[in-house]
Amino acid sequence: MSAGWTWYVLIMTLASVAACFWLIVWTNRQRASESEIAASEAHVWDEDIRELNNPLPMWWLWSFIITLVWGIGYFVMYPSFSDTGGLLGWSQEAQYEAQVAAAEERYGPIFASYGAMAVEELVDDPKAMNIGASLYANYCSQCHGANALGAAGFPNLTDDTWNWGGSPANIEYAITNGRNATMPALGAVFASDEAINEMVRYVRNMANEMDTTSPAHATYMQLCVACHGPTGQGMQAVGAPSLADDVWLYGSSESAVRKSFVAGRNGVMPAHMNMLGSDRIRILSAYIYSLSR
Amino acid sequence: MDSQSSYNDKVVRQFAIMTVVWGVVGMLVGLIIAAQLIWPALNFDLPFLTYGRLRPLHTNAVIFAFGGCGLFATAYYVVQRTCHVRLAFDKLATFTFWGWQLVIVLAAITLPLGITQSKEYAELEWPIDLLIAVVWVSYGIVFLGTIAKRRVKHIYVANWFYAAFIITVAVLHIFNNLVIPVSFTKSYPIYSGIVDGMMQWWYGHNAVGFFLTAGFLGMMYYFVPKQAGRPVYSYRLSVVHFWALIAIYMWAGPHHLHYTSLPNWAQSIGMVFSLILLAPSWGGMINGIMTLSGAWHKLRTDPILKFMIVSLSFYGMSTFEGPMMSIKTVNALSHYTDWTIGHVHSGALGWVAMMTIGALYNLIPKLFNKESMYSTKLIDVHFWTSTIGVVLYAVSMWISGITQGLMWRALNDDGTLTYSFIESLKFTYPYYGIRLLGGLVFFSGMMVMVYNVWMTVRATKPQPIPVVQPA
Repeated sequence: MSAGWTWYVLIMTLASVAACFWLIVWTNRQRASESEIAASEAHVWDEDIRELNNPLPMWWLWSFIITLVWGIGYFVMYPSFSDTGGLLGWSQEAQYEAQVAAAEERYGPIFASYGAMAVEELVDDPKAMNIGASLYANYCSQCHGANALGAAGFPNLTDDTWNWGGSPANIEYAITNGRNATMPALGAVFASDEAINEMVRYVRNMANEMDTTSPAHATYMQLCVACHGPTGQGMQAVGAPSLADDVWLYGSSESAVRKSFVAGRNGVMPAHMNMLGSDRIRILSAYIYSLSR
Repeated sequence: MDSQSSYNDKVVRQFAIMTVVWGVVGMLVGLIIAAQLIWPALNFDLPFLTYGRLRPLHTNAVIFAFGGCGLFATAYYVVQRTCHVRLAFDKLATFTFWGWQLVIVLAAITLPLGITQSKEYAELEWPIDLLIAVVWVSYGIVFLGTIAKRRVKHIYVANWFYAAFIITVAVLHIFNNLVIPVSFTKSYPIYSGIVDGMMQWWYGHNAVGFFLTAGFLGMMYYFVPKQAGRPVYSYRLSVVHFWALIAIYMWAGPHHLHYTSLPNWAQSIGMVFSLILLAPSWGGMINGIMTLSGAWHKLRTDPILKFMIVSLSFYGMSTFEGPMMSIKTVNALSHYTDWTIGHVHSGALGWVAMMTIGALYNLIPKLFNKESMYSTKLIDVHFWTSTIGVVLYAVSMWISGITQGLMWRALNDDGTLTYSFIESLKFTYPYYGIRLLGGLVFFSGMMVMVYNVWMTVRATKPQPIPVVQPA
């Protein structure tokens, strides 16, 4: 904020306050002409609307004056004409930082003691699991559901299917750094609509058998095998799901599977390091690990 | 009788009747979305029935269609009576009626289609905004033109407030809607980031201050003394609270952006002026209520006066609550909760709607050449449904809002949040039910009004009313 704007705001603001004071003094002064308003024919409208000129109620006048004086005091104490002004040195940024620091001082040691423990130990600590449940409710339930059963595009955390691996270290990594699971859009690669239908049938049937006689098999071995593997078992290193089980992250219907081919999928798990810090993430990892035990 | 010797009441009649019609429509949409908050399936998976599209339809319909038509009707009526002349520019006045109805119909079509600028209370896209600007400037020309040719020396206080409302809303509307169109139905604001946010709430809060406060104070200053048969309590109080109100309201917008990326200094000024606004706001309430003093016995027999006194009481309460909510520490709790919704509705239903309804019950018999409304008993029924409805609404939202604020900030001993968002939502469910009930009760009163108005105006032949000679 430039000095010019500071002066502009300062002058406009104080002029408004000063104008209010002047208005109070001016209207509060009893003038002979005004005392006659009630009787004056110049103050009659539409036959019967008249005006009295009672004095301003004192309690009202004082409440006005007090708020004005208080307002000037606030302008002096708090940043009011530039972002760094005010005798108290207050700012919302400083208030935020002070509150975060105070919370860190008070709660930091609690979390640090848990952060020093291994996930396998924490799962047996009821207090840690309570904290984990509270963290889960506020940071995870929006996508993965209040009961962690997941939803279309958001994995179920209570089963034993882990696209990126279900070890404590893998879970902790996912929460800390997030994950990006990309299924490329392959619609343009297929020669015909029928070829896509063949592929959909082939993949949806994979949990029963690997149908090597299907015309889609050759395409699979060319396009899909790199991530989903020769038997459709998937690959946790890139988050490629197994196609040979009954778990379908985006739904098992023909249209859902078809959409995965044609338009691709982008699964995003956001990184939480900046929000939670490593100690809370350790507790949360343990809680999530406990869900599938 | 030549045309200049009688009042132009045709445009007043048109606006008065449409006030009732749009009131019913706007509040019905409000009921639908209140029900959707309890039963989300009520949008039937149809895009144009979803909450996000109907909510702006509700706000636009009640503020600009119901409130707007009420302000047009009463401003045109009051300015003629208190200037002792016929309305200036008959044809332009007729244009404002049809133009404003066109704006409302276009809003009712485009908002459910999802065509929106995404600015609260300024959702309508640029072609409609242009139409609004033309209609509004015409409104100003008609109103100020009538004042210019008045036959009395002093401009009556009601007209100060109407004039301030008309001029300021024009400025607010034009500057908040400066956009670059990219197609007929899409545009982008010329402001970016927090500047756009500040412009929006400079507009948004002054829409409350000038549309919903100054305009309706104008209505109050004519219809309260008229209905009570009492002189206005204090001329000087009206002078001081008028100038203070219009000067200070302009600054209060930043309190909508506390604890955001809005710079600290702007937040401070917004909060200070919001608090200073308390006394100027209450000036109007004192003047209204003290005007009624001496006529208290009439409250027993005159339900129209009851509408007015309760309206003034809600005005006083809302304008106390508003400054309190603008204090940063209070705002930190109240912001983003249902408390805000309760606050808005105690103002919109309690103050704005009840004053408008009272004024209409005074106005409609006169406009249609009748002694009084068809049934005074039904006005009383309407009064009680309105009062009970708004109390149920406001109280349920206070409880729900304050509890939401407390639940969101509650901490466990270990510093984690005690409640998840969904738990606070679960808590609010019963209160959403009470809110819907309050809305239903209020709405049922509006249906009583429709019947009463219909029975009053049907088969009437309005006669031109001669202009009254100044005293």
